Amino acid sequence: MLTLLFDGVAYGMLLFILSIGLAVTLGLMNFINLAHGAFAMAGGYTTVLLMQHAGLPFLLCVPLAFVFTALLGAVMEATLYRRMYNKPHLDQVLFSIGLTFMAVAGVDYFVGSTQQLVQLPEFLKGRTELWDGALGMGHYRLAIIAVCVVLTLVLQLLLVRTRFGSQLRAAVDNQRVAAGLGIDVNKVFLLTFAVGSGLAGLGGALGAEVLGLDPIFPLKFMIYFLIVVAVGGTSGLTGPLLAALLLGIADVAGKYYIPKLGAFIVYSLMIVILLWRPQGLFSRGGK
Amino acid sequence: MNRSALSLSLAAKPRWWEFALWAFLLSLPLLLPTHALLISEITVIALFAMSLDLILGYSGILSLGHAAFFGMGAYSAALFAKHINPDPLLGLAVATSVTALLGAICSLGILRGSDLTRLMVTLGVALILQELANKLDFITGGADGLQGVVVGPVLGQFEFDLMGQTAAWYTLSTTLAVFLLLRQVVVSPFGFSLQAIRDNVLRAQAIGIPVHARLIAAYTLAAALAGMAGGLQAQTTGFASLDVFGFDRSADVLLMLVIGGTGWLWGGIVGAVVFKSLHSIISAWTPQYWTFWLGLFLVLLMLVGRARLIRPWTWGRRA
Amino acid sequence: MSADIVLSCEGLVKRFGGITATDKVSLQLLRGARHALIGPNGAGKTTLINLFTGVLPPTAGSIRLLGKDISHLSPHQRVQRGLVRTFQINQLFDGLTPLQTLAMTVSQHLGMGATALRPLGHDPRVAKRCENLLSQFHLLEVMDHPTQQLAYGKRRLLEMAIAMACEPSVLLLDEPVAGVPAGEREELLRTVAALPADVSVLLIEHDMDLVFSFAKSMTVMVNGAVLTEGTPAEMAADARVREVYLGHGGKHG
Repeated sequence: MLTLLFDGVAYGMLLFILSIGLAVTLGLMNFINLAHGAFAMAGGYTTVLLMQHAGLPFLLCVPLAFVFTALLGAVMEATLYRRMYNKPHLDQVLFSIGLTFMAVAGVDYFVGSTQQLVQLPEFLKGRTELWDGALGMGHYRLAIIAVCVVLTLVLQLLLVRTRFGSQLRAAVDNQRVAAGLGIDVNKVFLLTFAVGSGLAGLGGALGAEVLGLDPIFPLKFMIYFLIVVAVGGTSGLTGPLLAALLLGIADVAGKYYIPKLGAFIVYSLMIVILLWRPQGLFSRGGK
Repeated sequence: MNRSALSLSLAAKPRWWEFALWAFLLSLPLLLPTHALLISEITVIALFAMSLDLILGYSGILSLGHAAFFGMGAYSAALFAKHINPDPLLGLAVATSVTALLGAICSLGILRGSDLTRLMVTLGVALILQELANKLDFITGGADGLQGVVVGPVLGQFEFDLMGQTAAWYTLSTTLAVFLLLRQVVVSPFGFSLQAIRDNVLRAQAIGIPVHARLIAAYTLAAALAGMAGGLQAQTTGFASLDVFGFDRSADVLLMLVIGGTGWLWGGIVGAVVFKSLHSIISAWTPQYWTFWLGLFLVLLMLVGRARLIRPWTWGRRA
Repeated sequence: MSADIVLSCEGLVKRFGGITATDKVSLQLLRGARHALIGPNGAGKTTLINLFTGVLPPTAGSIRLLGKDISHLSPHQRVQRGLVRTFQINQLFDGLTPLQTLAMTVSQHLGMGATALRPLGHDPRVAKRCENLLSQFHLLEVMDHPTQQLAYGKRRLLEMAIAMACEPSVLLLDEPVAGVPAGEREELLRTVAALPADVSVLLIEHDMDLVFSFAKSMTVMVNGAVLTEGTPAEMAADARVREVYLGHGGKHG
């Protein structure tokens, strides 16, 4: 059971890093970006391709995935997304679905549709058993938890201690007033979107071994990211973090104890939560 | 008759071109007998898209899971024909009723919350139903689908022929009946109250409209009609499979409606025809990469602006 | 006397987190009133209207309409009992025309709002009432124009017309002339003044000319609480009121 909890936490932390960009984008630009999963996929494929074709070590590829995806996000924000901010939600949804379809088909065309396998460095393979096997911790999952915890702390520091962070929080709270205060809202949007996409890419790179990586990754996992954001709310980090952990543990436990029902549990849980608190479980109440 | 009365009565009257278009549509099985099966398929999808228009175009509810009702209708009709009674009209009635009940229950989930919440809840319901259909494979045939659905003759007389003629007439006449019904609904006080809710829910409440009651009614009706479409699909193709609940189906119908234009009832029909035609043409060139071109089309369409699609002279201008 | 009170609230409180927006407000509106609610920005006037109409649930206190406790009724139920409001910022239906908007509202109040199988306006009473309203609010020429395209002044008139189409017994007007250019205020003011005598009106306003010409009684609110009440003349002479508005305790005679 402890092992399940451990695996659930690892999964949850990964989901958090994958989804936090989506939460902030929604909170900041009020933009429903269903293509977020495509950025995660981009990070995953960057890592895999760099390892396979350029022979770069895994530990180097992961940060490179972040950088590449962040740049991709910045370019897309400036050229395409920016034009969609004031459009109705329906248009945004269809736009991002369109981007996702293009990404999925593009990857399928250039790389093929088989599952990509990631060769982990030796020291990350293996497992430690504690308390007579009651708690089995895969080393890779341990590493994931560690990296994600560090990232979360860094994000929190960025939000709370830096000037950019307070600009971001101001802009999320009230865009018009923030602009009136002289905050360059465009720059905030660009940087936030880039970092959010970069984090998705990082999550995709880290998660490729655990979640699998193939062209339909965005479609498979989109709902999970959306659950984290819808349940966790968009005002702050704690909400999505708790929601992601809840989701991770529920999914792992559900699939283990009642495999027949599988993801059914997660979807039902989500619907129940959203019906009870439409603004999300942890949000202050707002969007 | 004062000016107001005149204006209102004019707005409610059907236009001449609506008669003309329907006459044309109804004559298609005669004009293109070899394409009767395709005509059936497009008609069913058009009905599905019209039902979505009621909640998206007229009530303003974003749904990414309308296929939940299409699928429920398909499986209900298929199971009914297989195990209880092969009469198609009876089966259709059953499929529609069952889905209406499901719609009424689900409508409780879309009453409150933001656009994102609604997207999630509707998506979630469709996914749950898909999972259920997958796991309850002893009823539904699971991933293999429900095969061998044999449906009796319509009204006891018109056998379903291999060429699809009966199917085409059956689907067309059912869709026409629904169109006539919906046409009455959207110009009624009820229909206008839905549009008011779509445009400004705060004000709608402030003029005494019971918003929740209206949305429940609209959503239930839309679900029932989507179920009817699903039922027609199962009856005319002879089987039902898991993809009737799929995200692809919900996304496609959403796109069709957007292409055809939301909020004018013909959007579903126009969109279905355009979408299916594009699909046939593009799939003929590059069968695997339909998804890519579809995606590109969506991105461009949304950048340019939905309302301008049917007005090519505005494409050059800035928004 | 109590039979003449159409709308009242008793000890009404509204707290948002740490902020008390409404602080034990008790207010009574008499039948046929022309009552103004004034106070500086942030005094809680619109919050009070939102509490009356049910848009916000109260933290404590009760609200009575025509003698009955309506504190737990939903907004649309209160409207159905005759409590109607207008909004400071126009809340219109951009996808409909003025005629359609009014026809739908009138149908709703004639009990035909849920009719789904007969067209809007099939009942001749609807068209007749719409014609009267459109004429009264100078909207006849634009009755078929999409609301989205109307000029601001017309939109403001439509805002009012919609409220009148609801056949109110108690009408809450939230800054009806806000943003209306000086030249068009007259039109609006005349319409406000011409409201039927049996309709009880509570008016939130900053324009003192309108307040003094229209109101027979006034309530002054500050920081979510009632400061004082009385006739316009009494309020003008009250030093506390002057202080609240001008901040100089009676220097400006």
